[in-house]
Amino acid sequence: MITLNHYLALSALLFCIGLFGALAKRNAIAILMGIELMLNAVNINLVAFNFFLDPSRVVGQVFAIFVVVVAAAEVAVALALVINIYRRFQDSSVTDLNWMKW
Amino acid sequence: MLSTNALAFWVLAAITIAAALAVVLSKNIVHSALFLILAFVGTAGIYILLHAEFLAAVQVMVYAGAVAVLIVFAVMLTRRGDIRASNLYNSSYLGAGIVALGLFIATSLMLGRMNWTAGGGSMAANNVEAIADAILGRFVIPFEVAAILLLVAIVGAIIVARGVKEDR
Repeated sequence: MITLNHYLALSALLFCIGLFGALAKRNAIAILMGIELMLNAVNINLVAFNFFLDPSRVVGQVFAIFVVVVAAAEVAVALALVINIYRRFQDSSVTDLNWMKW
Repeated sequence: MLSTNALAFWVLAAITIAAALAVVLSKNIVHSALFLILAFVGTAGIYILLHAEFLAAVQVMVYAGAVAVLIVFAVMLTRRGDIRASNLYNSSYLGAGIVALGLFIATSLMLGRMNWTAGGGSMAANNVEAIADAILGRFVIPFEVAAILLLVAIVGAIIVARGVKEDR
């Protein structure tokens, strides 16, 4: 029997893998991939809570749709930034992008 | 003996987790991008198991379609040097691993002692209708704000990616 906790554990594992990717990578695009994995984990959480705890309303699914919208907007703007930075510095590695550091 | 539902859950979970691990651990960023698509599709399967068929379709179209294509394009536009070593770790990968592992252990321990109370009721067989009612009824203001956000993001992405002319 698959319970809510199974889905939550899957989501937690996916979130932590994404967190590791976002923190440990050098390439800005790889960091974005980690963030996308984390957002996916959050969506699994929302849908699982919706299905197991309050199935008569679809609020969790609606919230997950909004998360998808925000994630799509975020990835579009972030990749535009990465392309612009690459055009100027010929590099997409975040370890060298420290000119805003005080 | 596993039921069909449980079997589908374990297979989809294994695919999703393996693809996510491959995204993070691969040294070639093109492989990472392709495994990311697999992780998105696995997540769509999980949504179908949770009777969120509309969300699964959205996931396949927006994530496995649009976002994946965007990421692949960005990889192709920014690559330089050896593609086989294009996705390396930075200097703080050890700390990142400890943080991620610690967060997972803490979350799992919390999960073990949680006691969820179900709200009751049952899910409608056709919940696309309910989603449409919710989005265009109760959540119409957030829906419009999301539309404006998308418009602003599109315009901003075009302007940022195009760059400014230096000679003006």
